[in-house]
Amino acid sequence: MAEVILDFERPIRDLENKIEEMRKYEDNLGLKKEIENLEKKVNQLKENIYENLTRWQRVQLARHPERPYTLDYVYMMTEDFIEFHGDRNYADDKAIVGGFAKIDGQKVMIIGHQKGRDTKSNIYRNFGMPNPEGYRKALRLMKLAAKFDVPVITLIDTPGAFPGIEAEERGQAEAIARNLLEMSRLKVPIIVVIIGEGASGGALGIGVGDRILMLENTWYSVISPESCSSILWRTWEYKEQAAEALKLTAKDLLEQGIIDRIVPEPLGGAHKNHQKMADILKNTLLEELVLFRKIKPEKLIEQRINKFGKMGFYKE
Amino acid sequence: MGWFKRTKKNISDKSQKRNIPDGQWVKCVDCDEIMHKKQFELNLWVCVKCGSHFRIGSDEYLSFLLDKNSFSEMDRKLISADPLDFTDTQKYSDRIKSSIKKTKLNDAVKTGTGKINGKKIAIAVMDFKFIGGSMGSVVGEKIARAADKAYKDKIPLIIISSSGGARMMEGAFSLMQMAKTSSRLARLADAGIPYISVLTDPTTGGITASYAMLGDVNIAEPNALIGFAGPRVIKETIGRDLPAGFQKSEFLVEKGFIDFIVNRKDLKNKISLLLEYLT
Ligand SMILES: [Zn+2]
Repeated sequence: MAEVILDFERPIRDLENKIEEMRKYEDNLGLKKEIENLEKKVNQLKENIYENLTRWQRVQLARHPERPYTLDYVYMMTEDFIEFHGDRNYADDKAIVGGFAKIDGQKVMIIGHQKGRDTKSNIYRNFGMPNPEGYRKALRLMKLAAKFDVPVITLIDTPGAFPGIEAEERGQAEAIARNLLEMSRLKVPIIVVIIGEGASGGALGIGVGDRILMLENTWYSVISPESCSSILWRTWEYKEQAAEALKLTAKDLLEQGIIDRIVPEPLGGAHKNHQKMADILKNTLLEELVLFRKIKPEKLIEQRINKFGKMGFYKE
Repeated sequence: MGWFKRTKKNISDKSQKRNIPDGQWVKCVDCDEIMHKKQFELNLWVCVKCGSHFRIGSDEYLSFLLDKNSFSEMDRKLISADPLDFTDTQKYSDRIKSSIKKTKLNDAVKTGTGKINGKKIAIAVMDFKFIGGSMGSVVGEKIARAADKAYKDKIPLIIISSSGGARMMEGAFSLMQMAKTSSRLARLADAGIPYISVLTDPTTGGITASYAMLGDVNIAEPNALIGFAGPRVIKETIGRDLPAGFQKSEFLVEKGFIDFIVNRKDLKNKISLLLEYLT
């Protein structure tokens, strides 16, 4: 697949290309010093650009087609993964994957949205947009985990639950609603990580948990900037403004008290170094799992319900 | 110009007209019957000729559902605090102010306790006329507290929904209200306290995808639009017309997500009968 370069990544890429070119002649022309200077410049430029990204640019990074997806993390962070299929009712939804895995020897149930890398695999995965059976499969696996006292990790990366005729016929709304209710009273710890896009109910449908984490360059909100623009401004043109207004980045959500932690990404974004990103996330998850070692199920559930109870902002 | 000529059958146009009009005379959107306002009210805002159910709000529902003078409102003073300082074509804080002024409501749900044929219940009724009945922090919190009231007093909970979904102008806060309300219903369910959900026109998005679909019994008024995605979004996504009756109450009964449809005039007695079984 051809490399995808976002607008704001372009100046960095150009400099990097120049350095690469110069390296070829390094020995003959004594360019060592100049290369070193340019490398410094690239790093500065990177830091500058990535510290000052607009919210819309973060949305673009969250959707970067080279970002690691759920199964990439599963294979890079865990061992002995066994994938489970189907909701035992209608079908196996390819837009949500899940199964048992071991993370540093520790048993977990890991469930997440799955996007594809190219047209073919994206059609197979329905672009990471689940149908009701995806949410029902996720719930089945969570209950399986609870039955055998295994903690649950969910990885969120979806442009939304699929808006289709069949999805409505099979109860998209009911499936998501049921998950919200059942996840809030699941007897094992649930750690939720937004790894890309967290679009509305389609994300929250596997997003109720004891700890909510967001990778640095991800977004999570009630609606996508494009849809928000089209409804409130009656045109798609205002997506940048909508992204700003929605305050949907990891930093925003931490300030809003909705998430608990931001997971840093390698400089330039998760797509720049998959293995490094997976290592960071793995270590983070290991730290998180320790928090729930000795907690009783009743207390865990009570805390979880109260956690979401505190979310909101109003005058009285 | 097909769609232009068909304005009479255009969904959103008709949906607009289903709101109660001002004035002494009311014309039915579906059959053109002209009714006197009083006659219309006595028939609970349902067309006397064709039975079309007009969209009504919390005051109207509470007026015929609860025993006389039994309603005691809770949390009336909760008002949105504009957590994101949100502005689109206008400021959200201005939108709230003008909606409060126009509707004489503080947000899109009214909650409290009351009696149905002598039986005490906790109740929440949504108002579509307040920013499309959308759920932000206030709606979420009031629904959650109504569930808590039912939990503490061990009385049944009834929620009458009418909403386009979660409120965009409160971003992730609105989304989290879905989890907040659903988790409180989980607590209620674990305590064996009944919850009846009544879905009216329209109930979509984050409301259907949280408390509206979670009743021990889900009831709908006739011909109400009920779904997750709105029909326009689905149509744009799949690029073809939607089948007749798609996402209407009757369709949801057929697909297994609604227990039964009830005419407005029978709503009180049907709920009353249900409560006999559920308590
Ligand atoms: Zn009529």
